[in-house]
Amino acid sequence: MNNLPKLSAVPPRSAMPDAMIRLEHVSKTFPGSAAPAVRDLSLEVPEGEIVVLVGPSGCGKTTTLKMINRIIEPTAGDIWVAGVNAIATEPHVLRRQIGYVIQQTGLFPHRTVAQNVATVPRLLGWDRPSIDDRVVELIELVGLEPEMADRYPAELSGGQQQRVGVARALAADPPVLLMDEPFGAVDPIIRARLQVELLGLQAQVRKTIVFVTHDIDEAIQLGDQVAILNVGGVLEQIGTPEDLLREPANEFVAEFLGTDRGLKRLSLIPVHALDLDPGPVVAPGASKQESLVVAERYEVDWVAVESGGELLGWLYLAELENGRVPAADLRPFRTRLAATATLKEALNAIVTSRAKAAAVFDDDRYLGMLTADRISDEITQ
Amino acid sequence: MNLLSDVLDFFLTAQSWTGDDGLLIRTVDHLALSLFATMVAVALALPPAVWLGHRRRGAFLAVALVNVGRAVPSFGIVALALPISLRLGLGLGFWPTFVALVALAMPPVFTNTYSGIREVDPAIVEAAAGMGMTDVQVLRTTELPLATPVIWTAVRVSTVQVIATATLGAVIGWGGLGRYLIDGFAQGNDVWVLAGGIMVAALALLADAAFTVAERWVLPRGLSSRDRSEVETVAV
Amino acid sequence: MILAQTEGRPLVRWDWIFDHLDDIWARTLEHVTLTGIALIFGFAISLGLSLLAIRYRRTYSPITWVAGLLYTIPSLALFAFLVPFTGLSLLTAEIGLVSYTLLILIRNIVAGIDGVSPAVLEAAFGMGYTSRRAFWDVQMPLAVPVIVAGLRVASVTTVGLVTVTSLIGQGGYGAFILRGLRRDFPTEILVGTVLSVLLAVVFDLLFLQIERRTAPWAHRRVV
Repeated sequence: MNNLPKLSAVPPRSAMPDAMIRLEHVSKTFPGSAAPAVRDLSLEVPEGEIVVLVGPSGCGKTTTLKMINRIIEPTAGDIWVAGVNAIATEPHVLRRQIGYVIQQTGLFPHRTVAQNVATVPRLLGWDRPSIDDRVVELIELVGLEPEMADRYPAELSGGQQQRVGVARALAADPPVLLMDEPFGAVDPIIRARLQVELLGLQAQVRKTIVFVTHDIDEAIQLGDQVAILNVGGVLEQIGTPEDLLREPANEFVAEFLGTDRGLKRLSLIPVHALDLDPGPVVAPGASKQESLVVAERYEVDWVAVESGGELLGWLYLAELENGRVPAADLRPFRTRLAATATLKEALNAIVTSRAKAAAVFDDDRYLGMLTADRISDEITQ
Repeated sequence: MNLLSDVLDFFLTAQSWTGDDGLLIRTVDHLALSLFATMVAVALALPPAVWLGHRRRGAFLAVALVNVGRAVPSFGIVALALPISLRLGLGLGFWPTFVALVALAMPPVFTNTYSGIREVDPAIVEAAAGMGMTDVQVLRTTELPLATPVIWTAVRVSTVQVIATATLGAVIGWGGLGRYLIDGFAQGNDVWVLAGGIMVAALALLADAAFTVAERWVLPRGLSSRDRSEVETVAV
Repeated sequence: MILAQTEGRPLVRWDWIFDHLDDIWARTLEHVTLTGIALIFGFAISLGLSLLAIRYRRTYSPITWVAGLLYTIPSLALFAFLVPFTGLSLLTAEIGLVSYTLLILIRNIVAGIDGVSPAVLEAAFGMGYTSRRAFWDVQMPLAVPVIVAGLRVASVTTVGLVTVTSLIGQGGYGAFILRGLRRDFPTEILVGTVLSVLLAVVFDLLFLQIERRTAPWAHRRVV
């Protein structure tokens, strides 16, 4: 625990009023087991954020998640949810304020989609019209067709079932959502789509979400913060995906993040986060001498031609012969990179282009040139 | 209680056990006919069940048989056997009882054997065939041993059922332990009724226990008899 | 087949059947009543014992052991134990018939409730169900198909067993069989047997319908 970065240290309660979920020195030892599954874990989840718990099997990530809604009772420690002491609250009362999504969906096979979604509102005693309205709203929110409301779970595909699971968890508008490997059992294509949908959904509903997965890529994609746990429920590091990838706290974290850590970081950084260099650019009509100087500065054998914020194309110096830079008959930039693209996409564009550079645009406006060297500088700085 | 001591006396009196209508000979008759009928039923039902199970055909037959076996009242079959036997000139007593018992024991033996073979993990069968075993070798070395627990359970349950049903033989003129019951009911002799009931119940429970004990030697190592729910029968 | 005429006497005398329709109807009511009472009491007792076994797991083995013992004892022997005490009566018949339903019903009720997916239960608790509510709202409804399957088997078996109770003065259709035997009149034996089979089929279909009604979700799948 001594190599924890500062971020994971629990500040005094007053210092972080925004923490929606707080675990204080929580431990869990299962009966008949000598070693604890979770040992002295402290963790905070700020309101409106997604915190992903990730780690190898036996790291206690699922145990930790289930202690928050007390499906598993902690052996020691305190848990606070929305300012309420979870340990001192009746479990069923606590759980009605916490959305819960699990991998096997746990949908009630004997209830229709609509009845499933209505579960918690019914438990809370909502009136009939409110429940009906809410169900319609949620089915639409998670991207299901309205006519699916009367189907039984067995009549849905895996991805659809998981959407119903999410809708059911959101039904009573709980401030907190617990998700236990929710996309673990669906095929990769559907999983990717559900991940994107979850982020879109989160942008609308702004829940405080604790998400468990064993897939580090999923963690990096979804988490505002990622907590990496080691066997025995030891928190090795918690931080933004960017922080973890840039500065893993120790060997374990570095290894868990994978040898392609640098590449993973690229997918997190948008192109517009970099100060873009104009690149080897000249205006139409520039002399050969002028072009040579520009190209030499960038150590390339070509120049791009720009006129009034518009990029006309590029040409090799060798093609210049003795004349001036023309305004037409230039080689086009095949890849026009948007400023919102990630560095990973940029790198892909660069290595597949003949000029070994990608031109970046904000709509039609030329912003600058990106090269592999420039990306490398950014990662290593 | 008086009755109980009377029954005890009955069991402790030598004359109750000896003679042509004594307990001894009736018990032996009862057991012998039951085992004989069960063996014949197994001999008739097992081969087609094994073969159809191996070929994975005839599921409809298996389902139909188990339903028919359940729905047809044993008493009706035993009773029907009598007039048929009489008309075929086989007389009353032994033959109609025997035929009825065989007919009643066959469906459960067939169905359980069939599903026992059929439900052997297809991956194991494929692996066996994949290693180059012939059809018969797969059946002999893989499917049959793996289905033994289910087949054994079927034989056990059929035997117990046949012992129970053999009691009804007394209604169609056969001896066996049923005599005490039927005669006892008819003459209001509670000692006979109770003594007969005790004997029949003991015989059925002992047969059940014997099969369970024998499992250890019959079943291949590593397999144990599955839950009794594999077999559904009507004990009469 | 063998049912053809032998010695000039037909096995089935249709005129007898038409002459005895009243008798047949009376025996039908008797058979249905005997079966119905056995199922109602058998189910009530089984449900109680099953709830006990689910609540206190350790009681499951002894409960099923006793039920299994009752199931293994031949019915005629069981009646024999009772007759000296309760006589050739309806009570004797019902005690025996009820005994035979217990094993099947208890096993199916417990298996049905145990068969509910742990994920479904966890989701229920995760959403704030109390154990009592989860039991009645989730576990019991999901167990319905298995429980009704048990009732189907138990009802079919009981219908067959009822014929045996003719030997202790009850019997429904069994009375035809017994009387046919005593008079060497095959028509009556056949009528008793065939009607018993038909009634078993009726019970089977009835419970199948009940299962369809109470568990529609179990019959719809992705098309």
